[in-house]
Amino acid sequence: MNVHQSLATVRPVEALPPVALTPAASDAMVRFEAVSKVYPAYRDKPSVQALRGIDFAIPRGSITGVIGRSGAGKSSLVRLINGLEKPSAGRVVVDGRAISVLAGRELRLAQRSIGMIFQHFNLLSSRTAADNIALPLEIAGWSKADIAVRVAELLDLVGIADKYDRYPSELSGGQKQRIGIARALATRPNVLLSDEATSALDPQTTRAILDLLANINRELGVTIVLITHEMSVVRQLARDVVVIDDGHIVERGNVADIFTHPQHPVTQAFLSEVVGDSVPVSLASRLVAQPIIGGQAVIRLQVQGIDAGDTIVARLARELSIDVALLSARIDEVGGQHVGSLTLGIPGGETAATRAVSYLSLHKFSVERLGYVA
Amino acid sequence: MSPELINLIIQATGESLFMVSVAALLATVFGLPIGIFLATSRKGELFAAPAVNGVLGVIVNAARSTPFIILVVAIIPFTRLIAGTSIGSGAAIVPLTIAATPFIARLVEAAIREVDGGLIETASSFGASPLQIVFKVLIPEALPGLVLALTLAVVSLLGYSAMVGAVGGGGLGDLGIRYGYQRFMPDMMLAVVVVLIALVQSVQTVGDYLARRVNRRLRHR
Repeated sequence: MNVHQSLATVRPVEALPPVALTPAASDAMVRFEAVSKVYPAYRDKPSVQALRGIDFAIPRGSITGVIGRSGAGKSSLVRLINGLEKPSAGRVVVDGRAISVLAGRELRLAQRSIGMIFQHFNLLSSRTAADNIALPLEIAGWSKADIAVRVAELLDLVGIADKYDRYPSELSGGQKQRIGIARALATRPNVLLSDEATSALDPQTTRAILDLLANINRELGVTIVLITHEMSVVRQLARDVVVIDDGHIVERGNVADIFTHPQHPVTQAFLSEVVGDSVPVSLASRLVAQPIIGGQAVIRLQVQGIDAGDTIVARLARELSIDVALLSARIDEVGGQHVGSLTLGIPGGETAATRAVSYLSLHKFSVERLGYVA
Repeated sequence: MSPELINLIIQATGESLFMVSVAALLATVFGLPIGIFLATSRKGELFAAPAVNGVLGVIVNAARSTPFIILVVAIIPFTRLIAGTSIGSGAAIVPLTIAATPFIARLVEAAIREVDGGLIETASSFGASPLQIVFKVLIPEALPGLVLALTLAVVSLLGYSAMVGAVGGGGLGDLGIRYGYQRFMPDMMLAVVVVLIALVQSVQTVGDYLARRVNRRLRHR
């Protein structure tokens, strides 16, 4: 039985705010201009169109999440930003320079202002923590004395100053990623690319690493581009999100907006992992499509941007003079806003339920009727 | 055993060590860059040159499949050109080097290929040139494997060096054949074999020790 389909969904009266992720050219740190990427056929593998018609900008100083399933094209996308790969068509502009047309020495110089961190950390096993951080500086031709000073700063910045002489084999995943971050920041880049940087870490370590990245963004003003397949990572860190599927951008915008009003099925699938979107099993099994005498109508409202102290449930109860039951609730902080859903039981028959829905809609909540329980 | 015979063994050991160490050094000088190139020149790799890679691969395989004793005889004119003579331990270095170079190249290729491709991408991502990647990433990361490869090459060279007696190259193998076998002196044969075993053991022990020393993948605190 699918209760959802048989019931009307009431959306807020007001239209959704327009997506603002196309800043003026001068504000953009990274800009994709009609970018496509095709991997030509090789031996028995057919050619693969990894990206098509990618057109978007990443604002200077922002944290942007790029989310997609594996094979969606997000790895290609991030490698176009630092010139590890070339677009088949279109241009990629980073900090005002078209990195996609650079080659050789010019490209290598440009790459020094773009840092990258990796899922498997990619540290040299033959070098200590300090020497790993020093590697990009050696490559950039810094003097030994300058390198020593800079490495000490970076070790402090990422909070592993006491591990400077340890080899990667002696360090935990979180410590290794801190070295990776320090190494990526060594040459003072404007952009930090993160390729699934927390996917190999446990949840607690993930949180610590994401906090570190947030600090780096705040204090150094580094633009961060996060590639991930985990919506929880986007939720904790990013302000803007780009959802890609099968080489296309299927949805993009402010994280809080996308979390509350996902349009594309792929986005919705990603969100179901993190938002308390699903009705608790015990409740869902009791839901029926027809009103029950003496029972409750079940409604769900999406909340976004409200304060923790919001009194909507209390006001609703007062307005209708009924005892509103709170059946389930989940509210998370997403992109600096509170986002989540409340599932409420409204006693008092059809009239009360209809009044509750119009009251909530009037106060700009997105409401959905789920059914009835005894 | 008479002092003369013992002297012969000492002299032959010296010849063997001389031939093997010089040949190992030269073969490393030639084999290391060839091996690194073989490991990095396929399609899409650091020094992508698939055609050159293919041709070089065929040459290396051809050199490796030629039996050593045939190689020694076949290149006598070349040996004479390089060493001025085709007789003696000095001349024997030429075929030994030619035999060991492709062997070392293949071992080096295997060791370099063991390095995680992600590290090459990482170094490229912060603007390392291909040569910087070779010297700062590939060689240091492959060092334990390279040390073991060279150890294996030296051990093999000791075996090869026994055959250069056929062209007057001297050394322990030559001594074993001429005195131990042809003159029916089993004690001489035994002495030669014991010395060879001791040499191989020492080389392997030192190689293993060095490889462990440079391997940071193991926890060692």
